[in-house]
Amino acid sequence: MIRPDAPVLLEISDLCARVEDQPILKGVNLTIRAGEIHAVMGRNGSGKSTLSKVLAGHPAYTVTAGSVLYRGENLLELAPEQRARTGLFLGFQYPVEIAGVNNLEFLRVATNARRTEQGLDELDTFAFEDLVRERLGVVQMDPAFLERGLNEGFSGGEKKRNEILQMALLEPLVAILDETDSGLDIDALRIVAGGVNQLAGPDNATLLVTHYQRLLDLITPDYVHVMAAGRILRTGGKDLALELERDGYDWVDQELARLGAEPAEVG
Amino acid sequence: MSTAATVGDLVSQPYKYGFVTDIQTEKIAKGLSEDVVRLISAKKEEPSFLLDFRLKAYKQWLKMEEPDWAALGHPKIDYQEIIYYAAPKQKDKKASLDEVDPKLLETFEKLGIPLSEQKRLSNVAVDAVFDSVSIATTYKEKLAEHGVIFCSISEAVKEHADLVERYLGTVVPTNDNYFAALNSAVFSDGSFVFIPKGVECPMELSTYFRINSADTGQFERTLIVAEEGASVSYLEGCTAPMFDTNQLHAAVVELVTLDDASIKYSTVQNWYAGDENGVGGIYNFVTKRGQCRGARSKISWTQVETGSAITWKYPSCVLQGADSVGEFYSVALTNHRQQADTGTKMIHLGPRTLSTIVSKGISAGHSSNSYRGLVQMGTKAIGAKNYSQCDSMLIGDQAAANTYPYIRSQQPDAAVEHEASTCRISADQLFYLQSRGIGFEEAVSMMVSGFCRDVFNQLPMEFAAEADKLLALKLEGSVG
Repeated sequence: MIRPDAPVLLEISDLCARVEDQPILKGVNLTIRAGEIHAVMGRNGSGKSTLSKVLAGHPAYTVTAGSVLYRGENLLELAPEQRARTGLFLGFQYPVEIAGVNNLEFLRVATNARRTEQGLDELDTFAFEDLVRERLGVVQMDPAFLERGLNEGFSGGEKKRNEILQMALLEPLVAILDETDSGLDIDALRIVAGGVNQLAGPDNATLLVTHYQRLLDLITPDYVHVMAAGRILRTGGKDLALELERDGYDWVDQELARLGAEPAEVG
Repeated sequence: MSTAATVGDLVSQPYKYGFVTDIQTEKIAKGLSEDVVRLISAKKEEPSFLLDFRLKAYKQWLKMEEPDWAALGHPKIDYQEIIYYAAPKQKDKKASLDEVDPKLLETFEKLGIPLSEQKRLSNVAVDAVFDSVSIATTYKEKLAEHGVIFCSISEAVKEHADLVERYLGTVVPTNDNYFAALNSAVFSDGSFVFIPKGVECPMELSTYFRINSADTGQFERTLIVAEEGASVSYLEGCTAPMFDTNQLHAAVVELVTLDDASIKYSTVQNWYAGDENGVGGIYNFVTKRGQCRGARSKISWTQVETGSAITWKYPSCVLQGADSVGEFYSVALTNHRQQADTGTKMIHLGPRTLSTIVSKGISAGHSSNSYRGLVQMGTKAIGAKNYSQCDSMLIGDQAAANTYPYIRSQQPDAAVEHEASTCRISADQLFYLQSRGIGFEEAVSMMVSGFCRDVFNQLPMEFAAEADKLLALKLEGSVG
């Protein structure tokens, strides 16, 4: 939902970042307002996954230039946990398994960290259990997964559902979903997309990082951005995604050649 | 980066028990000889059986060689450079706590072990050992009402000589190994516990060992006997100041259970570990063994080993009585340049004996952490069973973890099961937790305590949370 007067949640300006000695982001500009759903598309190595990790504060990436304002404040100064507590959420492409850390307990600690930041009371185990059972419905997840180790032995689809469950509990202001559709069969994709649609509202924003159109059949973006060689090459409406689906990314190379830029190799 | 900064801040976490108490100490000259052994015995006014015991051990020790089979490396220990007896100067006989030097009480209070009547822990009786002597034991009278004897071993030698003579050295013979022989010759103090037939000890018993003097070895001796149907839970804790020299700690602990008796022995070992370059720290060479003499008796070891530059320790069970049960639950954490070679021996002699081994090794920094365990099924161990699980967690890429399980079975109708695993705390796992609002320290501690849960669940309630915190503290700055 585009409302020109809606408050700006995230403002990325000329953002450059590298991993080790390899520059990956080379001047990204993107403004996200409350209520909007953005999709960032691009080939492997275009830098779209890097963008989401940099926003979440992954320590392997170093920001070399540019700025990111989150609700008007400098996001890059915040530790990853602080970004999360204030409502920035990254849904991982490959959620890690953490054996021995109980999923339910993890969800409770994470939820309470966010609640404390919002000035709300922490939930005890009983109150939290009520909340989590209600939110399980968003992703139609079996409560048995709550008692398991965090993502331990979960299938690809179960891990992604667990990601969206976390999003449902943390109620982020800006949700960045990195290739949430990868590795999902069509049923799981519907469930996950349905969860994202339920959680999207006028006060929050969603940034979908994806490779394929198929997720965008289920979640309608307000804006589609095409990333290549570490920057956003073109921005359009939802039709741009359809165009990409039809014509592929070949035009990107021509555009890059015209700009005299070299394609990035990592992303 | 913010994460990197956090790591940097955490690296320099000081060892919080590293202070030295400034107190006048009576020490004997460095070095070991027959005269020194006689001098220690004389200072403690021991009966002749004990002097003979010591002299026999000393003579055996002279003929023995320091073992070199463990995966440990350290400069040769010069046994003539060690002081074998050091005691804080105070009045000979301390009838009550009021007569104990306030500096000593203050020291233990600082260590979190208040001894005075007003402040002491309400449900734990404590024997406090400072260098070579026990300075106070709380709740002695209350325990005596139940027939439970809890006192320093020196006092037991005087007051309960018959019991000490009957059991001392019967589980760990004087010539058992090099360090046990050394201990038997020069042991200074430690605790003695006797739970008479049918008595369930009404409170937790605990001994706190504190090394204070530099160049002093600590050679404690603990003996716990549970008669038929008796049971007790016992915990030991240990700390030492930070010195840049190494100190030797060579303890012997013997446990005996008769029919239907049980002893639960827990250790939280936090001796000074040396600095991050491996300078200083305690050399911890310890022999701990329990003998389930009676049918259906049980001995359970739980250890949380976090300190010491070197740990060489294998708390073991000799399962002699039919249907007796041995357990070993261990968390061993090494960081910086620490080295640990630790595990257990389960010797199944009786029929239908059961043993369980759960070992969790965590290695960080440049440390080395080895599990070494023996499961032996004797000819009469019909229907005996063992289950072992050894898990290692690596933090960073400079640490080493090894597992050396030894299995010897002379009984075809005995079952031995061994499982092992290795995992690593990765930067990606930490980032995942951080990206959900969980701070760096809490993230590490969540992962480590998840890994150690099976063992921590075995600790007495009062100490489980403490162990969790201790581990988190030790690990700070080791990840990233």
